[in-house]
Amino acid sequence: MAANREFFNRKLHSLLGVIPVGAFLFVHLTVNFQATKGEDAYNKASEFMGNLPYLLFLEIFLIFLPLLFHAIYGIYVAFTAKNNVTQYSWFRNWMFLLQRLTGIITLVYVAWHVWNTTIQAKFFNAEVNFDMMANIVDNPVTLGLYIVGIVSAVFHLANGLWSFCVSWGLTITPKSQRVFTWITMAIFVALSYVGVTAILAFA
Amino acid sequence: MAEKKTIRFIITRQDNPNSAPYKEEFDIPYRPNLNVIAALMEIRRNPVTADGKKTTPVAWEMNCLEEVCGACSMVINGKPRQSCSAIVDQLEQPIRLEPMKTFPVVRDLIVDRSRMFDALKKVKAWIPIDGSYDLGPGPRMPEVKRQWAYELAKCMTCGCCLEACPNVNDRSGFIGPAPLSQVRLFNAHPTGAMHKAERLQTIMGDGGLANCGNSQNCVQVCPKGIPLTTSIAALNRDTTIQSFKNFFGSDKV
Repeated sequence: MAANREFFNRKLHSLLGVIPVGAFLFVHLTVNFQATKGEDAYNKASEFMGNLPYLLFLEIFLIFLPLLFHAIYGIYVAFTAKNNVTQYSWFRNWMFLLQRLTGIITLVYVAWHVWNTTIQAKFFNAEVNFDMMANIVDNPVTLGLYIVGIVSAVFHLANGLWSFCVSWGLTITPKSQRVFTWITMAIFVALSYVGVTAILAFA
Repeated sequence: MAEKKTIRFIITRQDNPNSAPYKEEFDIPYRPNLNVIAALMEIRRNPVTADGKKTTPVAWEMNCLEEVCGACSMVINGKPRQSCSAIVDQLEQPIRLEPMKTFPVVRDLIVDRSRMFDALKKVKAWIPIDGSYDLGPGPRMPEVKRQWAYELAKCMTCGCCLEACPNVNDRSGFIGPAPLSQVRLFNAHPTGAMHKAERLQTIMGDGGLANCGNSQNCVQVCPKGIPLTTSIAALNRDTTIQSFKNFFGSDKV
């Protein structure tokens, strides 16, 4: 039904953010975390990921296409809002703004990150390993930008889980929504810890 | 001689729908228990600005004067609310009055809320009971449910929730929280529920429910304390189930 396109797009946007994009981010950060156990542990983990069967299929259908849809539709969603936190500075309104802001930051960060890792590996014969990352975050500026990007992505996922639960009608009562705020913020803190300690292990 | 106490008002004015807005300041003599409407009446009686310039009286709308009609809604000190129940003694001064700019401004503080009434028509916010013959009595409604539904029925279509919503603006077609909550109200009524699927299909269309971005400003500003975000989340569940019925196939109504 043509009239249902917006409903379908919004729901798809919300779903893809969790599965597979959110799930991918979780796996990615977990692999990264191996770096805290040393160079060899990380290289082994990334080698395992790099040698998965039908990798190109997984990359296209579980990462790039869902990510592209989520990103492009997300830009549209972000720019149809007229943010008003100065007038209505309530918690959820701030989260609404932060969700859009971290979405844009994450998009820019991911584009840059894909450029200096995946693109280099696939088209310029660079090798994905510990040294590659260590070289990228060699200076404090790129390290700082990486940390900002990782924390943005994790916040966007955690708060996105909260709004996923509302948008799909899982959490209806104010109480359940409040409890899920705590749970998703705990996820934000925990995954931020994982992501940031991992990137610091390369520096 | 004791100086007479005055209240300073800063009012955003606009002469016609297409002209540019401008601000004018007024000082009105203080009286205890003034509300904003009484202050506006004072300005109408003596339309002279704070610096002594004669001007046109400020135009605004009002009707019930007891916060049930929604006509006198405006943005008072940055928050949308009814000017009849805005008591001067409880407001920070100077008091700033602006029209609810989410809606087209007609003049000064008067806005055109037609889009809300159009939205109510669109979602069929009523219970159809007319037939070409006597349809007889409808199903009964449990008293507890009636009491619960009454809270949703307090909506006066004032527009505060649309004014505060970041997703209701000229870049989006979002119909806003108030008409959505009315869908929940009329779907909850035993006779209204006979058109439940139809209402859900409507809000699953463009500009509908899915445009909500969960900023939850609506529930904060609602003067009647209507659980708008709970209504929206409940409708999210209903429309999710409806969309599964539509796609995978089941009884659609």
